[in-house]
Order: sequence, then structure tokens, then C-alpha cells
Amino acid sequence: MSGPNTDYDPVEVTPLKPEEVESARDAALAAIAAATDLAELKQVRIDHTGDRSPLALANREIGALPPQARKEAGQRIGRARGAVAKALGERQAVLEVEHEERMLAEETVDVTLPTDRVPAGARHPLTTGAELIADIFVAMGWEVAEGPVIEAEWLNFDALNLGPDHPARTMQDTFWTDPQDNGVVLRTHTSPVQARTMLTRTPPIYVVCPGRVFRTDEYDATHSPMFHQVEGLAIDEGITMAHLKGTLDHFATSMFGEGISTRFRPSFFPFTEPSAEVDLLCFVCRGAGELDGARCRTCRGEGWIEWGGCGVVNPRVLTACGVDAERFTGFAFGMGIDRTLMFRHGVEDLRGFFEGDVRFTTAFGSEL
Amino acid sequence: MKTPVSWIREYVDLPADLTTEALAAELTDLGLKLEAIEKPGDQITGPLVVGRVLTMEPEPQKNGKTINWCTVDVADANGTGEPQGIVCGAHNFAPGDLVVVVLPGGVLPGNFAISARKTYGHVSAGMICSAAELGLGEDALSSGGGIIVLPEDAGKPGESAFGVLGLDEEVIEFEINPDRAYALSLRGVAREAALAYDASYTDPTQRDVPPADDQGYPVVVDDPAGCPVFVARTVSGFDPAAPTPDWMVQRIQLAGMRPISLAVDVTNYVMLETGRPIHGYDADKLQGPIRVRRAREGERLTTLDGTDRALSTEDLVVTDDSGIIGLGGVMGGEATEMSETTTRVLVEAAHWDAVAMFRTGKRHKISSEAGKRNERGVDPTICEAAADRVVELLTTYGGGTAEPGVTVVGTPPERTTITIEADLPARVTGMEIDPATTIRHLRAVGCEVAEDGTKLTATVPPWRPDLVDPFDLVEEVARVVGYRNVPSVLPTPGAGRGLTREQRLRRRVGRTLAGAGCVEVVSFPFVGDAAFDQLGLPTDDPLRNTVRLANPLSNEEPAYTTTLLPGLLKAAARNVGRGASGVALFETGTVAFPSDRGAAPIYGVDRRPTEEELAALLDALPAQPLHLAVVLAGERERAGWWGEGREAGWADAIAVVRRLASDLGVAVTVEADARMPWHPGRCARVLVEGTEIGRAGELHPKVCASFGLPKRSAAVELDLDALLRHAVDVVPAPEFSTYPVAKEDVALVVDDSVRAADVEAALREGAGELLESIRLFDVYTGEQVGQGRTSLAFALRFRAPDRTLTEDETAAAREAAVARAAELTGAQQRS
Repeated sequence: MSGPNTDYDPVEVTPLKPEEVESARDAALAAIAAATDLAELKQVRIDHTGDRSPLALANREIGALPPQARKEAGQRIGRARGAVAKALGERQAVLEVEHEERMLAEETVDVTLPTDRVPAGARHPLTTGAELIADIFVAMGWEVAEGPVIEAEWLNFDALNLGPDHPARTMQDTFWTDPQDNGVVLRTHTSPVQARTMLTRTPPIYVVCPGRVFRTDEYDATHSPMFHQVEGLAIDEGITMAHLKGTLDHFATSMFGEGISTRFRPSFFPFTEPSAEVDLLCFVCRGAGELDGARCRTCRGEGWIEWGGCGVVNPRVLTACGVDAERFTGFAFGMGIDRTLMFRHGVEDLRGFFEGDVRFTTAFGSEL
Repeated sequence: MKTPVSWIREYVDLPADLTTEALAAELTDLGLKLEAIEKPGDQITGPLVVGRVLTMEPEPQKNGKTINWCTVDVADANGTGEPQGIVCGAHNFAPGDLVVVVLPGGVLPGNFAISARKTYGHVSAGMICSAAELGLGEDALSSGGGIIVLPEDAGKPGESAFGVLGLDEEVIEFEINPDRAYALSLRGVAREAALAYDASYTDPTQRDVPPADDQGYPVVVDDPAGCPVFVARTVSGFDPAAPTPDWMVQRIQLAGMRPISLAVDVTNYVMLETGRPIHGYDADKLQGPIRVRRAREGERLTTLDGTDRALSTEDLVVTDDSGIIGLGGVMGGEATEMSETTTRVLVEAAHWDAVAMFRTGKRHKISSEAGKRNERGVDPTICEAAADRVVELLTTYGGGTAEPGVTVVGTPPERTTITIEADLPARVTGMEIDPATTIRHLRAVGCEVAEDGTKLTATVPPWRPDLVDPFDLVEEVARVVGYRNVPSVLPTPGAGRGLTREQRLRRRVGRTLAGAGCVEVVSFPFVGDAAFDQLGLPTDDPLRNTVRLANPLSNEEPAYTTTLLPGLLKAAARNVGRGASGVALFETGTVAFPSDRGAAPIYGVDRRPTEEELAALLDALPAQPLHLAVVLAGERERAGWWGEGREAGWADAIAVVRRLASDLGVAVTVEADARMPWHPGRCARVLVEGTEIGRAGELHPKVCASFGLPKRSAAVELDLDALLRHAVDVVPAPEFSTYPVAKEDVALVVDDSVRAADVEAALREGAGELLESIRLFDVYTGEQVGQGRTSLAFALRFRAPDRTLTEDETAAAREAAVARAAELTGAQQRS
């Protein structure tokens, strides 16, 4: 830096001459305008505003001027530097936008590429189907009861009015644990859960019991040694068949849609009296039996689908399970969950549920 | 039960224009469930007529066959009145016979269109029909499978053959529920039809029968409880060669039974008509009086199906002086069976105890039409009428005479009475049924009803042994009123408690595992030694101690499983076999471990068991914990444009366990274990609060190979009940600091035997309260750390709840952590 110079003629300090300052300024502005990217602009900034730049060097000379000349020179330099700084800022903003646009364009990907790095999991439709059914009943204030699949013979048969000579108690239908006089079977229906519930709770009772059951059926497209049932049981004062009908109609509507009702046909079950078969109005053809002029495949042209069995709880069952049959009446119903899902979802072969092929199960996702 | 509609109409005055479909629907509504409607003739259209064979010229052919060139008189049915020329390959008829002819333009079953066509040098204009060609049974009209030769009185040439052949019949097949045994007869089905249409009804068992006397065949019944009524009649001079009339053959066939001989056909016909099984003996083979008793220890009988049977002392038997001649009510014996030489028939119409019939049938595995009816319960009052009807038919068509003498031993049991409140049907069904309606309907089904104030006492008809309880009468009234009239009313239970804790947690388990990419499967729980061998379980492994089945579907899988892995690994292998490059499956299900508490008791049902009795019952059941199993086989992450895929391994199995535990708020720890079916160096025991709940890790290479799974497949099996017991019920909200974090990495060198979890625990302990988290991010072995040594690199994050940590504080905590690790595990900081 120069010291004061008394011999120095301020008017003659070359870098501070107006034309020199303007020339340096114009050179800077031209360079800024010519910069095409941020790297070039950075060099322009160093060249024209850095410590060695003409305007910076000129600015340093101001101190050498006599005091009366400093103000004017300072203003001149200040204006020039201000103009350069402003132009730099503006150019910087423009180039930054350009840069970002270019970068984003370069980063464009093909969004149709596959993204299935970790394959999806799924829950089994028999699980989610049972949950769907449970939720329909829980929404009405019912509860979900459960029991073991390896069950006492007395609870599976006797308590339900299936006496020792009932045909179902033969080796033809029931899996017995060894030895056969052990009194223990693989439950043939979910009805022993009814008995357990009545034995351990006091009415009013409103429960559904979904679960696995076993029969000695050979395995084919419509039979399986293991399948799933849902049982319903209501015990209260004044319960009638009308309440049974109302409950099943609501169940049908919830599962299959508005307007899908049920009908009863007289039948026989030892644990209910009166007993009924319950049919579901075909939710595909809505009872017409045909669809677009062809026989409805879901109900095989019947207009109705056999859904399950039901009835008024036989007072003998109430007595065996400790419920006051004079005071309370009840109804019970049972249907196959597998079967219900087969026609709800058009499953052609029952074995699809039990093979464990992920292509079957993942189609149903995690909820039904 | 197959019932020809014309036979029903014989007893009921049904509307003439009533369709079979409508009748079947009405009867279904009454409780006789429609199984199928058969219309034998509905696949035949066009001219099917009676014809008389005029000429028949045998013409040998080059192919060795001989055909018959016939002319057949079909009167004007062919439009000309000229004889019809027909080529026929069969030979079981002769000129002069009446036959069935289908003329050109007709269509036979199988959409077989008939036209005049040139064959064997003639123009054959139609076809002479066999039973098979018409879709009839082989036995139709005693044709023996060949051309049908009609009886002389069947019809005139040119007349339609539909009626002659029963092709205009329609048959309803019903599925009869066990409580409606009366409907296993035309008598019963017709009664229901009368009920449905409020039509007049003729009971075929209402007939005048000759009174009992002591001139009949001698019969003694030693066991009146087992055989309350025994009626015997005898027909002599019977012609065993006499044919069964065609109408009877037709009805027996339409009802689904096989015609055999006149004597047998008559007994079957009367059984179908009345529901009462009849047994016929060759009376000449009987020796001395008939005696009914229970079998004695060691007695045997060869029944008429040729089976030699060891009898039980519960079996009811019919005997004569020669010994046992029949299994009462179930099956006769060979020795006294009717044959083609029988000329004297003893007709037995007896009422048997239904339970004894059921047990004998079950014991000897005999299922017969007679047994089916006897074990469900037959009207005990119709024995005499049924026997008399048999005698009538035998003498009418077999040429014999009824011997004088009518044996009737015993009397029918008293009729059951049931008393109900008159409003019971209304209260139980929810339908508006007034007492008058109840009385009317009970009478309609055959009850006698007496009124006493608000009470009704019904005396049930003898053909309804199923009516015992008040609610049985409710069903009778309800079905006549019509189930379709039951209103639909939703019950209004009080507030429910929703799902139980376990039910909610189980749903959460499924969602977590599905979220982890696992697909749920449902397998059969049947298992055998082969599966345990595949798992490599030692012979004394407790998992081999199973609950065994007395009657497994397969002897290869005779037990209820103790582990979910066999089913799950098979499912995984099935997926791999079907082309999956990787599969992640899970299953939740109960397994069973035998109880050693002995047999589960069988109690009575007239009262609730006591608490002690109930406890004893439940105690005898096997323990059935809910298990969870997972298998991860092959590709866990797919290869793709992002780079390499990744095979599943031991760490994935443990990761699933940790993720599940974390979702349930359970702190699990793992420690090394070595147990089949896992790899001995890659198996983790999973613990909760120090208690083992299962295992996870890589499967043993032999196990992968035996199930056909990819190498390094991994598996988990947990006691889910145990895990869920520890699940957090209410999650406390976390507290965390928002001051800046201080991050410090440390690399520690330890002996290979030192476990990472111990080093981490020591670091955590040494670091003190300022430590927010610690994570092992690298494991290195190699020359730089020396033989037998491992470098473990941990990232530590420090944070204070109330201030920004200074560098000195962070460094001090870090050094304390390293010092503690050095002290407890011998770890040296890597330089």
C-alpha cells in the first residue's frame, strides 16, 4: 500500500481517472454477461472483484489522495463496484436457476422401472375372512369365543345332544385320538365352543366362534379333512327364530351386499329344535338363477346357495350346559368359512386354501 | 328316497296340473329336501312306438356278424300303414314279438338322432330299441340288456311306447333327515304331499286284516324290548318262476332298487309302500318254531350276503331249531333264504328296537334298505297290514294261497304324549301362531290333541317316534305354518367387550409378518415319523412325543403335530418347485403335546357337570399352545436394475423375530444354541425375561436338502402364546431430547470368542446416561487385527436432555465406554 505522497498530483493518479474506472467497470460487466455457467462466473468474480482486480486496486489508491479529492473518487469507485456486484448477483441467480434445471433434467429416471426389491407379504384369506366375520358380529355387540381343536368327546357330542348312538360318532366321520376310548377327538365342528361358553358364562350370551374343524373326508376340490367353520350362539330371555333370521340376514348383507337375504328350510340337527338349513340369495344373479341368458355358475341356476345350518338351541343342550332352559332360549348357527369364501371370491378348488402357493394368498392382500 | 310322482298321486288327490317341480319345492319347504328330479323320458323325442315283428331274416355278413333284416308292423305310425323295414343286430326276439321302435325323426338319449339310412344292403328306417338305448336300467322289463320284448298286453302296434316303458314317469329324489324316517316310504311322502296341498289322503296301510289266531306259524319272542311286535304269515303253493309284473318292476326301479324275483320284489315293494321292512323265509327250510332273542357269546351266522359273522350279545337274532337263521331287522341268514325253488314263503313283519338296529348295523358294517328304516324308527302299528299286503301280492302274482293262521306276538308300544303351553310355538318361532292354528297343524301331522286351559297335550302318531320333546312339536307347527313366514328381527345385545387382548394381538402378529414380506399359509397338522426324520430330530427328541390318531387318513401321518415346521417347509418347497426364486412364509397354528392324565370322562347330560367334573374333563385334553413359524428360503431381496439380489440367511430369521417383538413391545434376547433342525453354528435361542420361547436361525444343510429347499434357508418357530403374554398393553410415550447430537465411532478389537452383544452391553454400561443409542456398523477380521481377533465398529450417539454437550463431556463418556468394554471383554481400541 502506498503512503501519503505530497508530491503527488491527485488529478493525475491514473487508476482513479473517471475513464479508467468506467473502463474497468465495463470490462467487468461484459465479463459477467459473458459468463455461461457458475464456474465461469466464479472466475469473473475473482478477476473483477478480487483483491488484484482493477477496481480493487483503484480503490486502494483513494487513501493516497488529498482529503478534498477523496470523496469524489470514493463515490466514483463505489458506484462502479456497486454496479459490478449487482450484475454479479443477478447473473449468479440466473445461472443458478439454469444449473438446477440442467441438473434435474440430467437426473431424470424411468419411473416405470420395477421397484419390487422386497416381495410383498400377505395374510391368508381364511384368517382375514374369519376376522371380517368377527368384525361384523363385534359391531353388533357380540364377542368372539374360542376353544381347542383337540376336544373332549363329551363337549363335541354329548353336551350337544349327539348321544352315544348318533351316527356322527362313528369312525366314518370323526378323527379319534388314540386309544379311541380316550374320550378325546379332533373337533368335528365349532359347536363345542358353544358348550364351553355356556358352561363358563352366564346369559345373556352373544358369541361367534370361528375355527378349524376336522372330518375324515378324503381331500378333493370340495372336501378336506380340515376346514373352517364359524358358529354363532345367542342365549337370552325371549330369543326366537325371528332373531336368528334377523341376525343371518344382517350377516348375509354385511358379507355379500345390500339386498342379499336368507331363507330357511326345515332340517335336523340334534343340538337345535326347530332346525333349519339356511340358504343365501345368490349374490351374483340375485335369485334369478341365470345371468345374461346363461345359467348362473355361482348358484348353479338355483338362485340360492346352501350356506349352513341353524336353529333354536335344543333345551336339552341348555340343561347339559347349565343354562336355565325355563328362563332362557337361544339360537345357534354354523357355516363353513372356506365355503363362504369360495363362493364370495370364486375359488374353484378348496385345495387352493391349503397348498400354500404364494400366488394364491398374495392376491388377497392383508385384509378381505 | 326316490319317489315316482304317479305313485304319490295314488294316495293323494293332488291338483292335476301340479308340476313335479312345484310339488318338490312344497315338500322341501316341509322338510323333505329335494335332491334331484328325474324324468327318464325327457331325453327322448319324436315317434317311439309299439311294433310287432312280422318277419326276421338272418343275414350273415363278411365281418362275421349276423344281422337281422326285419319287417315290423307299426300300423299308421309311419304314415303309410306299410310294414317298416329295419336292420337289427340283436337276436333276443322273434317274429310275433311286441317291441319298441323308434321311427326316423326320433331322438334318443345322448342326442342320438334317428333317420332312415342305408346299411348292410338295406334301407333301415328306424331302430328296434334296447333298454340301454332308451337310457333305462338293464333290468327294464326283464330285457336282460337286449332288445325290449313287451308283454302281449302292453299295447297295440303304432301306439306310443312312452307310457308302456314308464318314460312318462317323473321321480323326485329326497334327502330324508334322520328324524323323518316315516318319509322313507310312499305312505309318508304322500302324507306330506297331502299336508302341503290340504288334499285328501288314503293311507295304504289302512286295510282290513284277518285277526290274529293261534293257527299261524309258531313264534316266541324272548326279548320283547328288542322286538315288541312280530307278525308271521305263510303263503304256500307259490310259483317261484312267476315273473314280477312290469308295473312293479318299473316302480322298484324308479325307486332306485333292483328287481330280483317276485318274492323278493314284493317284500321290497311293500317296504317302499309302507316303510315297514319285510323279511321272507323259505318256510320249507325252517325247522320248528321261530324264536327271537339276543345272541349268545361265541355264536356266528352266515348272512345272505355270504359273510360269516361273529355275533355280539347285543345283537337280536331270529332262530329256529337249527340255530340262528337271521340277524333280526338287519339281514337274513343264508340257510333260510328264499330261492328259485321256494314254493312256501313265511312272511315276517316285525318291529325292532331302533337303537339295537343301529348298533348291530354299525357293528357288522351292514347298510341295507331295511336297516336304514329300522334304525331310524318305523311305525310299530302297521306290521299286520304290511304282512297282509305282502300276502296279497304274492298270491295275486305268484299263484299261491294264503295259509290260514295269523301269528301276532306282542303289542305296539304306547304312544308318546307331549304337553306344551299353547303359545309355545309363537314364543319360540317369533311368528304369530294362535292356539287354534297350533292345534290344527298338530292334528294335520297326525297328532291327537287335547286342550286343558292354556295347555295342549298331543298324542303323537305312531309313525313319528322322533316327536318326544315340546320343542319337537314347535318344529312341526312351524314347518306347516312355513319357515318362510319367520320374521327378520335383529336381537339387541348389550354393549360387547370387543375383541380380547389375545385376539387383537394375534391380528397384529399377522400384520407385522405380512409387513415383513411374509405370506401366511394354512397347513394340515398331521405328521409322521418321516417328517421328524426330515427335520433330523434325534430319536428321543420331545417333539416326537405326539398325540396320535386312532383313525388317521394316512398311516404315514398318524399324529397331530408338535411343530409347524414340517407343513411350512413343505409349502415353501412346493413354491420353489413351482418356480419361485425366493419365498417367505409364516403360519400360526396350534400344536399338541400329549396329556398324561388319562381318558377324558363322558358325563350324563341331564345336568351341568360340576366344576370338579369340568376341570377333570379339560385336564385330560392335550396342551395345545399356539405356535408361530416362519421360513425364509432363497432370494429374500430380488436382483434388479438396482443391483444384486440377496439370499435369505440366519440373520433374516432373527430379524423377523426382533421386528415382531419390537411391534409387540417385548424385549427379546437371543443366545447361541445348537439344535435340529437348525445349523449348529447358526441357531439362536429366543428368550423373553430369561425364558425360552423358541428358536431362529439357518436350517441345517441336511434339512434344506431333505425338504428340497435352497441352501441356507432359515426358519423360526416360537411359542406365540408365551410371546403374547409379554406384549405391552399400554405403550408409555417416549421422551427424547432436541439438543444437538454428538456422534462418536469406536472400533474395538476382541477375541473371536467374544460376542458382539456383550461388547455392546459393556459399552452401553460404561457410556452412562448420556448415551442415546449404540449401533454396531462394521465387523472386520483379517491381517490388520491379527489371527483369532475381530474388530467391531460401533457408532455411539450422545445427547443430554437439557443442554448441548461439550466436546469434553462427549469424549469422557466415550472413553468411559471403551474402558468398560476393555475391562469386561478385553476389547482394545483399534488404532
